Amino acid sequence: MNKTVNPKDLTLDDDNGPLYAAHKKVYPQSVSGTFRRIKWSLMAICLGVYYFLPFVRWNRGLGAPSQAVLIDLPNSRFYFFFIELWPQEVYYFTGLLIVAAVALFLMNSVGGRIWCGYLCPQTVWTDLFYAVERLIEGDRRERMKKDKSSDPLKLERISEIVLKHSIWLMIAWWTGGAWVLYFNDAPTLVKELVTFQGPMIAYIWIGILTASTYLLAGYMREQVCTYMCPWPRIQAALTDEWALNVTYRYDRGEKRTSVKKAAELRALGEQVGDCVDCYQCVAVCRTGIDIRNGPQMECIQCGLCIDACDNVMTKIGRPKRLIGYDNDINIHRRQEGKAPIYRIVRARTIVYSAIIAAIGGFMVYTLATRSLLDVNVLHDRNPVAVKLSDGSIRNAYTVRLLNKSGYDRAIAIDVEGPANPTMHVVGVDSVTPDRPIIVIPRDSTSELRLLVTAPAENNPEKSIPVRFHVMDIGLGVAASATDNFVAP
Amino acid sequence: MTDHHSDIDSVSGKSTTGHEWDGIKELNTPLPRWWVISFYLTIIWSIGYWIVYPAWPLIQSNTTGMFGYSSRADVAVELANLEKIRGDKMAALGAASLADIEKDPALLALARAKGKTVFGDNCAPCHGSGAAGAKGYPNLNDDDWLWGGTLDQIMQTIQFGARSGHAKTHEGQMLAFGKDGVLKSDEIVTVANYVRSLAGLSTRNGFDAAKGEKIFAENCVACHGDGGKGNQEMGAPNLTDKIWLYGSDEAALIETISQGRAGVMPAWEGRLDPATIKAMAVYVHSLGGGK
Ligand code: SF4
Ligand code: SF4
Repeated sequence: MNKTVNPKDLTLDDDNGPLYAAHKKVYPQSVSGTFRRIKWSLMAICLGVYYFLPFVRWNRGLGAPSQAVLIDLPNSRFYFFFIELWPQEVYYFTGLLIVAAVALFLMNSVGGRIWCGYLCPQTVWTDLFYAVERLIEGDRRERMKKDKSSDPLKLERISEIVLKHSIWLMIAWWTGGAWVLYFNDAPTLVKELVTFQGPMIAYIWIGILTASTYLLAGYMREQVCTYMCPWPRIQAALTDEWALNVTYRYDRGEKRTSVKKAAELRALGEQVGDCVDCYQCVAVCRTGIDIRNGPQMECIQCGLCIDACDNVMTKIGRPKRLIGYDNDINIHRRQEGKAPIYRIVRARTIVYSAIIAAIGGFMVYTLATRSLLDVNVLHDRNPVAVKLSDGSIRNAYTVRLLNKSGYDRAIAIDVEGPANPTMHVVGVDSVTPDRPIIVIPRDSTSELRLLVTAPAENNPEKSIPVRFHVMDIGLGVAASATDNFVAP
Repeated sequence: MTDHHSDIDSVSGKSTTGHEWDGIKELNTPLPRWWVISFYLTIIWSIGYWIVYPAWPLIQSNTTGMFGYSSRADVAVELANLEKIRGDKMAALGAASLADIEKDPALLALARAKGKTVFGDNCAPCHGSGAAGAKGYPNLNDDDWLWGGTLDQIMQTIQFGARSGHAKTHEGQMLAFGKDGVLKSDEIVTVANYVRSLAGLSTRNGFDAAKGEKIFAENCVACHGDGGKGNQEMGAPNLTDKIWLYGSDEAALIETISQGRAGVMPAWEGRLDPATIKAMAVYVHSLGGGK
């Protein structure tokens, strides 16, 4: 077993310097391995969904938009495949946001900032921008050399820089372009945009997103993750000792020596660490930190240092995962000669999963059973009640009927409350005096002025509750709302 | 104050600003360069603003900027655009007949919305914001109409008013039977009680119904009709129903009979354009009292 190392002996940041440090540019090296492959695949999926989803079609019948995912602001509708949401149903978005937040907590309790390392848009686009940069300007060493070189700018170098920024801007512009496609019929909008006939607001949004993508992914990069994003601070408060974070297993790595010296010492039967101090893990790091200094706020858990170190270990014939997803508990257990234990299922992951399941399940349930017919009632305030010449009392209501279905509906209105009421909808000739029938066009709302009259002999003495029942006379779908019938 | 630059912080080796609080010194750390650059850029930007837009107040006026921009002109353009949009819709309203407006949900909604605002501006002072009326000012929500409650009749009343002085106005008034000496006070009391009995209200002890009927037949029937059912041609109210413009108690009736009544409704023709008057007629009709 390796010699126990006191974490206090590890090299630490120099805490005596000034608090303000000028930004040091990070030049991450390319790397290959398991986690890099996972990152590439996730990037392909995320970008693919983002860029192409607006072009997916969904047949909703004549007159309805045929875009699978569409935020129709002018008509206040949100379409998501077979789901169509109305403004009255924004609570689905609230639910979605809560689920998303708890899912983030869950990810955090399992693997720390893994959201940051694999799925966060900032990471995904920065990674893409790095790939472009590497393709054009070369890997870490070349880029460092080129940036340092004091030669006057040569044509070759200038063209490299111009090319890099043009490609960056193109990606950024495409990013902004895809954004606006979610708010309008995508093929139509593309046509309008290229012929400069698109709405002004679309160009403005493309401009904003092009600029922010270019700046954030091209220049701000890891600074967004370290200084601008609140998540590292929040997640630090949410994490616990069981979360699997990218960890340098110092129990195995220390003391660091060169490859040659390690071999010599091992031949003499001495204890040496596996870390050969090659700095590969530092060179590949996106946030420019040395993970061997222990867990750090800057680390986004991307696992690229694991890949880098694994490659080194393979080369020098030592076991892989000197750096791996692990936690301090296991380092201490190994130092004590015990087997490591991993606990994904524990109180907090169970609670988070339960919350996600509960809210998600509730949302699915309400979505599946949601009524496509709705009614809201508002009582007239001024006057609250009117006495008619024959002594009967009349109350007026504003009734809003919502027909969320894809077809016109004939709706009958019934009222329950005063005895033998008569009802009249302004602008509608009722066939029966107590049961007006109106047609509400598909996917729309109608606001009606509804008058309810209680005959003199049945005048209620005081305010009584009334209930309005609305029913689709064809299909029998019903809804109801309550209000009051007020006596003058 | 000491010389700032000679004061060097021993830990960081940087100069301090010379400010000191309880032994804590402030480092003279420069602002980040990007921040400083943005700051100067905003200053340059603001100078551009001075030139391009109206900015400097002069004694009599102000600098007008390069393009003669003015926010007042912008508002004027927007108002004109709004007028244009509304103009089209109001034209549709003006072209449709009253009955057709009520049958078309879109026109009805427009007329009600327009009517409501115009009502609030012009009619609410007398009739109340919800048109519930007050003593002497009819409630437009109920079904009792002095001059008729059909769409056309309401429109006519709004257009020409009542006793407004307009050539086509509604005429006819309640005479002052007491003031003019036509009826003596005990006769007035009797006929007031008779009128209350017509509406099914209680009467004074020992009131002579036969005498009341006789006085009524001689003086009131001409306008209020046989049995006091009223006459909308003359704006004479129905005296048998439950709605009383000036109150139904004996004292109020005595006052009405002695002093007479002649409430004035102004004519709106000429003050409001025809389409607006139409919208208002539809609005009032849709309040629920219209026939
Ligand atoms: S230390 Fe490793 S896991 Fe953390 S950000 Fe750097 S490369 Fe990624
Ligand atoms: S890559 Fe592995 S061996 Fe190389 S310095 Fe980092 S931890 Fe040590």
